[in-house]
Amino acid sequence: MEKELLRLERVNKSYDGRQILEDLDLTIHENEFVTLLGPSGCGKTTILRMIGGFETPDSGKIWFDGQDITNLQPEKRQVNTVFQKYSLFSHMDVAENIAFGLKLKGKSASYIRDKIKYALKLVNLDGYEHARVTQMSGGQQQRIAIARAIVNEPKVLLLDEPLSALDLKLRQNMQRELVKIKRELGITFVFVTHDQEEALSMSDTVVVMNQGWIQQIGTPENVYNEPENAFVADFIGDSNIIDGIMVRDKLVHLLGKDIPCINTGFGENVPVDVQIRPEDIQICAPEEGQFTGRIKQVVFKGTVYDITIEAGGFEWLVQTITGHEQGKEVGIKLAASNIQIMAKPESEDEEAVSDE
Amino acid sequence: MNERLSSQRFLALPFGLWAVLFIVLPLFFVLWNGLKDVDGGFTLVHLQTVLQWEYLKALGLSVELALISTFICLVLAYPLCLILRERKESRGLLVFLLFLLPLWMNSLLTTMAWQTILEKHGLINMFLQLLGLPEVHIINTPLAIIIGMVYNFLPYMVLPLYVAINRIDNSIIEAARDLGANPYQTFRRVLLPLSMPGIVSGSTMVFIPALTTFVISALLGGNKVLLVGNIIEQEFTAAYDWQLGSALSMVLMVFIILNILLEAFTDNGETARQTKKGRA
Repeated sequence: MEKELLRLERVNKSYDGRQILEDLDLTIHENEFVTLLGPSGCGKTTILRMIGGFETPDSGKIWFDGQDITNLQPEKRQVNTVFQKYSLFSHMDVAENIAFGLKLKGKSASYIRDKIKYALKLVNLDGYEHARVTQMSGGQQQRIAIARAIVNEPKVLLLDEPLSALDLKLRQNMQRELVKIKRELGITFVFVTHDQEEALSMSDTVVVMNQGWIQQIGTPENVYNEPENAFVADFIGDSNIIDGIMVRDKLVHLLGKDIPCINTGFGENVPVDVQIRPEDIQICAPEEGQFTGRIKQVVFKGTVYDITIEAGGFEWLVQTITGHEQGKEVGIKLAASNIQIMAKPESEDEEAVSDE
Repeated sequence: MNERLSSQRFLALPFGLWAVLFIVLPLFFVLWNGLKDVDGGFTLVHLQTVLQWEYLKALGLSVELALISTFICLVLAYPLCLILRERKESRGLLVFLLFLLPLWMNSLLTTMAWQTILEKHGLINMFLQLLGLPEVHIINTPLAIIIGMVYNFLPYMVLPLYVAINRIDNSIIEAARDLGANPYQTFRRVLLPLSMPGIVSGSTMVFIPALTTFVISALLGGNKVLLVGNIIEQEFTAAYDWQLGSALSMVLMVFIILNILLEAFTDNGETARQTKKGRA
């Protein structure tokens, strides 16, 4: 892992008596693409605004490169922000928007010219120097906002749901481009989103948040395949989450049957949440399955079919590439390695809430 | 299609009629009176009369006082609107409405109230006397007129300025700070240019009534300070010289048209102008 760059230490923040963040600790490294992921109101934007200098924690400290920046003015921080609403200066053209920060720093005209050219090339908008920002599309405006931020050579680029206003196709394009830009610049990106797909496809590290608490920090594969609790499992991707009892290591009691799994260390006869991804469930002939049931519904989603199967008193969501007949009697088979066991939440705060 | 077009024309008729009766015709009478001689022929004689020193002096003073009042209104209104912008909740709105209050009062009455405040034995001097300070002489001076103008016309500045400043999204301000601008630079390079349309329309809305007023100058200036509005009034009501009054009105109209052109130009060209300035 690279060197530590940014650290939030026991940060608390509340608005109007409502606690947004509680004793939050978070470390961000050099050249890391970190995504803060969570439902609205989980505190992810507040963290970003604290790093940017637009909010001050009620208590706690923010360290940047070994320096305490908790109360530093935004204009004195080596970070730049790409805002959700682009927030371009409508009274300036593209070049002037990009040059705004550089002019304030008193850079020479030729340096500024070169930087503008470089930044526009980076965001695929070369030749747009003198375009009016108000006449550009949302995607173009967002790229200008990115260019305007990165010419200042920040050590950290903060992105506050920058793609949420774009349509799907454009959003996917921009996701790829952002990753490309990140690679080219080699700086830290802190990206805020409520879109789990965005978080998984772009980040090095995903920080899953809910109600001011960090639920899990890990690589995208990590949080998807090994969610630490039911909230993470439910928020990221589709999941079947079932109450179970860990009989002993590598054996879980699920819907009346003992099913082998690979998890250990939970103890014996401990209630747990059991998570199984819909794409990990195999549909087979009734006699071959661990559970048997009937197909209730089949929905074609494009790449996959969403199949609802009622078996063992639970409605399973199963995703398959091939279609199945509604009403058919089928069996369900679970591979031990595809069963994820999670400890039950200790407090109500960590209770799973459904995806938005 | 045609039917809809004709019905649209029909609905526009009252407005057309209004424009002809109350805008075009009066304008025509002013021009006609200002440009005709005794026999009804065309003449520039009345316009030449306007060029006399005393009229030019009144015109100059009117422009000067109007400009000063406009500037004071702007300086008073801008910080107010910035403060109101910070607190957009209902309390901000209440303060905003409070500042618009003079609009709902008869300006003749408010000006007469100012008369009793400013006059020789008025409230200010009574107060100063109580403190044992020397009396000040404000009534019947240009200062009294400026005070009256600022009081009466401040709402016309606040209204468009508030709308323009309130429209600026907070994230624009944050973006400027984020890019390294300190609060002053943020004001100078972002807030001020973005609120320019409000500044211009507010200034126009104060400058024009201030330039043409005769009530405020008559009540607070006595006969000591003559503004062009007072001269025009006297030409029509006392001297019965409609020709000279019309000629003076025409000269005044030039200033008003110039002002409106400036506003129209700023609305369209504001951004372009700013662009050039930024590049220099």
